[in-house]
Amino acid sequence: MMRAFADLYLRLDATTSTSAKLEAVAGYLRSAEPGDAAWAVAFMTGNRPKGIASSAVVRSLAVERSGVPAWMLEACRDAVGDLSEAISLLLPEASAAPDACETGRGLGLRDAVERYVLPLGGACEAERREIIGEAWDRLRRHEVLVYLKMIRGGFRVGVQRRLLSRAIASVAGVSQATIEHRLAGGFDPSEDAYLSLLAGEREGESGRGPYPFFLAHSVQESAEGLASSLGDPSDWIAEWKWDGIRVQLCRREGETLLWSRGEELISHQFPEVIAGARGLPDGTVLDGELLLWDGSSDRPADFASLQTRLNRKRAPAEQPGLFEARSPVMLAFDVLESGGRDVRPEPQSVRRGLLEGLLAESREGSVRCSPTIGFDSWESLGEARGSARELGVEGVMLKHRGSPYVSGRVRPEAGGGWLKWKLDPRTVDAVLLHALPGSGRRATMYTDYAFAVWSDDRSELVVFTRAYSGLSNAEIESLDAWIRRNTTRRTGPVREVKAERVFEIGFEGIARSGRHKAGLAVRFPRILRERTDKRADAADTLGVLRAMLPSD
Amino acid sequence: MAGDDLILAGSCGLGCEAGGFWVDPSSPVPLAVITHAHADHATAGCGRYVATPGTAALLRSRLGGEIEVEELAFGAVRSFGSVGVSLHPAGHVLGSAQVRVEPARGPVWCVSGDYKTEPGPTAEAFEPVPCDVFVTESTFGLPVFRWPEQGGVAGSMLSWWRANAASERTSALLAYSLGKAQRVMASLAGAGELPGVIGVHGAVEKLCRVYEGAGVSLPDYVHASKATADSIKGTGLVVAPPAQAGTPWLRGFAGDGGMGTAQVSGWATIRGRRRWQALDTGFVLSDHADWPGLLHAIEMTGAQRVGVTHGYTRPFSRYLREERGLDSFMLATRWGDEDAE
Repeated sequence: MMRAFADLYLRLDATTSTSAKLEAVAGYLRSAEPGDAAWAVAFMTGNRPKGIASSAVVRSLAVERSGVPAWMLEACRDAVGDLSEAISLLLPEASAAPDACETGRGLGLRDAVERYVLPLGGACEAERREIIGEAWDRLRRHEVLVYLKMIRGGFRVGVQRRLLSRAIASVAGVSQATIEHRLAGGFDPSEDAYLSLLAGEREGESGRGPYPFFLAHSVQESAEGLASSLGDPSDWIAEWKWDGIRVQLCRREGETLLWSRGEELISHQFPEVIAGARGLPDGTVLDGELLLWDGSSDRPADFASLQTRLNRKRAPAEQPGLFEARSPVMLAFDVLESGGRDVRPEPQSVRRGLLEGLLAESREGSVRCSPTIGFDSWESLGEARGSARELGVEGVMLKHRGSPYVSGRVRPEAGGGWLKWKLDPRTVDAVLLHALPGSGRRATMYTDYAFAVWSDDRSELVVFTRAYSGLSNAEIESLDAWIRRNTTRRTGPVREVKAERVFEIGFEGIARSGRHKAGLAVRFPRILRERTDKRADAADTLGVLRAMLPSD
Repeated sequence: MAGDDLILAGSCGLGCEAGGFWVDPSSPVPLAVITHAHADHATAGCGRYVATPGTAALLRSRLGGEIEVEELAFGAVRSFGSVGVSLHPAGHVLGSAQVRVEPARGPVWCVSGDYKTEPGPTAEAFEPVPCDVFVTESTFGLPVFRWPEQGGVAGSMLSWWRANAASERTSALLAYSLGKAQRVMASLAGAGELPGVIGVHGAVEKLCRVYEGAGVSLPDYVHASKATADSIKGTGLVVAPPAQAGTPWLRGFAGDGGMGTAQVSGWATIRGRRRWQALDTGFVLSDHADWPGLLHAIEMTGAQRVGVTHGYTRPFSRYLREERGLDSFMLATRWGDEDAE
């Protein structure tokens, strides 16, 4: 039923607990009609039906039905943080809906989609208004909210792919990897497709999944600290810590699958890597990092461009010309399966040897062997780590030569395991200058902050970044109250505040940028702490930031 | 025109020069007329307070017994300078009042403070005050805020508590300690048989005593503490201020089935507010007027000029001007900064 799906949507939206989400999805699937469940799965995998109504149509209809002026609808949207929700609260409670509820038979999800969503696709504006109006007559408040999200485009249900496949797997009684594989080519929301998604495992269908990933522990010591805790450097292999997506590439029975650490199948987003693995023998599983490699600078491109590619739902066409400058590359650093045999118990040094036998160290191709860093002392490795920023990497990885490949983040016993030795984040002391309301759950509070540093002559404050994470809820609430009391100017939703409060802002990367007034942009900015000991005039200058730019 | 107004927004909030007093000042003044005892309306350190007996009792509990309070019964008129001042029920919390100010000649003003038009079990019922200029709050001054019928909300709260109790999950309702907590307790008692013990946070308990002293009937409750935790765990209900959400103190009352936590507030209307506080559920029950309530209250005063204070001042005032043809203006105060209900 539409109502059951709307309830599911709100439950998923209201909780961050994985087990609660899992329970909600599995519970829904168990009780839903297959035809309805098929659409629910389609929506949860991000498959959106074609029927899209423009905001203008929805807005004008909402104004007409609710009797509030258009500007008031916008004021409500700003307060609620979501147009669909604001409209659902403004419309009079549906008159036709209660009957449906009393008989216990609301409108089914499939019926709702077929009657009120899909027909919007080919309809003219007048027809659209009629269809949407009819839906509003039939649906209750929270159903209207979900319906509007469906037809306004960008409908997203708060459930990760991994969690969805786990829930489906538990309902179907098959492995999660099987469900991932069945969902991989896209899901067609038909009753038949849903029933075969839930069918029992066929011969040879299992055993396609990745191995549980081995995760590294973080160390933050100095080179001298490592010397005393890790001992002889020759017991260790060092590699660069790439800043990409951790993946396993599984080449089995002539098929290549690329799995993310979330056990999501991402093969179709990276056809170049799949093509590059054609030469690998059957029965090979590699562990590594997926990056977008910038051919012109011969270093990884920033993470954001990789993210763009990852979020693409459709397979990008293989157009070699288009991605010449930046192409996806897997830098493999381990072998987990070789010749169909599980080699994870073998020591690191043996697996490294196997890896180098499969992939010669190369700057070519889309599946490459991640190089090791030669070092003879912890000091020299410390120096190498110091150059990480210029190379576009996060730091270095240390792997004990004797270490087997184990599951998860295993506390390193004396002299074993994987360690990551990342660079410290860079920091700058900046002044809070503007605040904006957050969106969604933070819509009613000022949680989006713009920070500024002084121009070189300290005559003006120049905004260089926005940041919204790093403060506790209590801190955010007290800052919100302060912002409201210390606003000097309001421009739309933006509040300019007194330049009084100084925060230490941490970030990972910094690059020149023509789009920003400061002439530079930082990556992963976050608030580390408030510098209550500093006054605004003691905050840093742009010069301090520019000194951190990579030289070129 | 505005400069001649009887009541003006000044450095300490709304001041009445002709009467030599401020209404709910934001910083200490010699003479303060207090609409109700919430912290953002009743600042400490004033020379003298004027309030209803109910508010006076709450002020003494909150600010200390040594403050100087002149009690003014609902409807009684007291002269200050050249104006007559009287207090009229606002329906917000115990003792809450609207302040009517009548000058020797010229328009009569009424400052609403915070108000709720729907009658409830724990506050004197709102009375419309005919006046020429009405100063209204606008905490929920947008048409998305329309309260469900409060008996139904009390019933839902009780069903939620019962369902929790059946699975040994302690219930916790987060409600402001002054007003909302007592209203929640009285509403639950009016909705049916309670499935377990009500344990209240210390801040709530102190104010429950004042309510009972003023003749408000509340269901039995205990002070929620280590000593009473065993009686509360599982089937009981904890009533605590919102700041207690997620604290070790609150978690200490979790039963074998854990704990269900809900917010009780007009803000529960908005999905984002619930998620923000990471609560399981929200019940829409407010001590403020909703959109229809605000419009109805304004209509009943007959006022042609309407000042709008704390809340959604800008859109609310514009609506009154453009859609209701009233001469509406905004007044800046510091009330409601913490969105305190």
